[in-house]
Amino acid sequence: MRMYYLKITPSKSRLNLNINELYASGELIYFFTWRDIKVKYKQTILGFLWAVLQPLLMMLIFTFFFGRVLNVPSGNLPYPVFVFAGLLLWNLFSGGITNSSNSMITNANIIKKIYFPRLIIPLSSVLGSVFDYFMALIIFIGIMIFYKVNVSVSYFVFSLILSLLLTTLGTIGPGFLLAALNVKYRDFRYVVPFMMQALLFITPVIYPVNMVTNQFVKILVYINPISGAISLIRNSLSGISPDYFLIGCSTASAVFWAVLGLYYFKRTEAYFADLA
Amino acid sequence: MQPILEIKNVSKEFIISHERKPYLSLGEKLSSVFKGGSDSREKFMALNDVTFNVEQGDTIGLIGKNGAGKSTLLKILSRITPPTKGEIISRGRIASLLEVGTGFHPELSGRDNIFLNGSILGMKKKEIQEKFDEIVDFSGVERFLDTPLKRYSSGMQLRLAFAVAAFLEPEILIIDEVLAVGDMEFQKKCIQKMENVSRSGRTIIFVSHNMAAVKKLCTKGILLNGGEVKYIGNMKEAINRYTEKFESYETDFDISARVADDAPGYAYKLFVEDLDGLPANNFPVGTGWQLRLKVKITHKVKGFIAAIGMFTPEDEGLRTCWSDSYDLDEGEYEFVFTERNIFLAAGSYKLILGLSARMVTFQYLENCATLRIAEEIVETATNVKFAKGVGIILNPMEIVMNRM
Repeated sequence: MRMYYLKITPSKSRLNLNINELYASGELIYFFTWRDIKVKYKQTILGFLWAVLQPLLMMLIFTFFFGRVLNVPSGNLPYPVFVFAGLLLWNLFSGGITNSSNSMITNANIIKKIYFPRLIIPLSSVLGSVFDYFMALIIFIGIMIFYKVNVSVSYFVFSLILSLLLTTLGTIGPGFLLAALNVKYRDFRYVVPFMMQALLFITPVIYPVNMVTNQFVKILVYINPISGAISLIRNSLSGISPDYFLIGCSTASAVFWAVLGLYYFKRTEAYFADLA
Repeated sequence: MQPILEIKNVSKEFIISHERKPYLSLGEKLSSVFKGGSDSREKFMALNDVTFNVEQGDTIGLIGKNGAGKSTLLKILSRITPPTKGEIISRGRIASLLEVGTGFHPELSGRDNIFLNGSILGMKKKEIQEKFDEIVDFSGVERFLDTPLKRYSSGMQLRLAFAVAAFLEPEILIIDEVLAVGDMEFQKKCIQKMENVSRSGRTIIFVSHNMAAVKKLCTKGILLNGGEVKYIGNMKEAINRYTEKFESYETDFDISARVADDAPGYAYKLFVEDLDGLPANNFPVGTGWQLRLKVKITHKVKGFIAAIGMFTPEDEGLRTCWSDSYDLDEGEYEFVFTERNIFLAAGSYKLILGLSARMVTFQYLENCATLRIAEEIVETATNVKFAKGVGIILNPMEIVMNRM
């Protein structure tokens, strides 16, 4: 008669993503994300304004050094618009990876005391960065209006949506992988900030993709999971058609990392409570 | 009807790394690959082939010493950690309360934390909204609802935490020692709430060292020792076996509690003796006994008092006895506490020790020794009629019958 039936067995060798369970925990994902966002800006005078100010200040610094001093080309776009388009996605990517890689450790006390699908934790960390993205997007649109950038609205909106999806996909892979690795090997806590700095150099944030001539670096840029997304937004602003090859390479890489990250996370999650 | 919970041959093995590092560093992993060895590791069975069933509506008390595997079993039932072997079948939704206030965030307000904690415990947002007023009412913190949790006293945090948990409505509720915290009044409130839960037909598995609470709440007891089930059945019997099996009949107890450097002295030994001063323990009901406490005074002290306290087998305070106040020079002293008149019921009584000078305690130790009263009666104790009766004191009252 009873509907409910649950079997607890030794950690299973076959992988089960258990999407149903994750879907049923939607509210918990919401509450974790909401907590992360709320806590992040608690006890700051400017509060949520920081989510907007951070990319704005970065844009000013980058514009000064790379746009003015080093004269990095930015096609037919004003350099601030050019660099902000990159920063918008870069901040989502780097913030999401950094937060989710630490997430299992900062939430260790919860993991050790209660069961819920573990994936919720790094997932809500990434979603917290998506919130920051939307804050920064408001500024971005302001800047576009300020510089009177002419865009085809449908192409731009399409690029925004697609680039957000691609970047989020590219973020969850490394994010999940590092979250799981960090539980077992705390070395990654020190590796991640360094890795993100290094990654910035092979991401077309401050320079355009076509400026890269070195073959080796070019390959790295093409397999960077967010290169495609950045170029997509920029092309929509310049009115150039998308670079399908670049988007294809980036997407393939994002998918690869997402599969690897999910696989490793699910493989090791049963023992998080013992290790954390 | 099928049992609501079936635990079948469950074992849990831990691998202990002797460096006692809670996590690995990458270098270690790499170097062990080259050494080809997991040399400094040892297997440890936290649970060994545990099998039992739980019927719907059972209130089960899980007891055992520290390290007996109680917490591990609860963690497996709560799906926090998987078993190494065996399986568990649950036919009811399980909610576990291994800690109250899991996920509380100090920066968030009381209101926010109710929602966050409720959601982590598995409640739906709608459910929390519906019960919100009741939760707040139960916690008694309505005036501070919008204050960050970090400004709450620890008592208030605890009340709020328990209030959220109290409104969980799972089919099976797993509770770990959450009653060990909080003041007496609050503990009473919690036990009452749990009694209500169990009366409503839900299944409870409860771990505690508080034998009084376990006895009051649980109908069925499970005794664990060394990761194995030693007894399943009547709760009272489980408690008896627990207190008998695991407490020694030692007569001399070393007292190792540290004292501060500026303390005037310390107690170092306690002997349990019969009235002739011979070492003994496990006294038949109706015999007297005495405690000989050895104290070393290292600095001249005024207003010195030695005190002994006793707990009942159910961990409730029974009595406290203070010596007279003395001014003492350096040297060794002994205090003998003799009991000839009060006849205690059979069981193990934990002793507390306290030394103070001018009303300031400088050495205090709970559970410093155990006094055992055996179940037999000695003939000489003519005034004790029954060794078994309700309660702790078996001395009869003076009872007179008058024909009217």
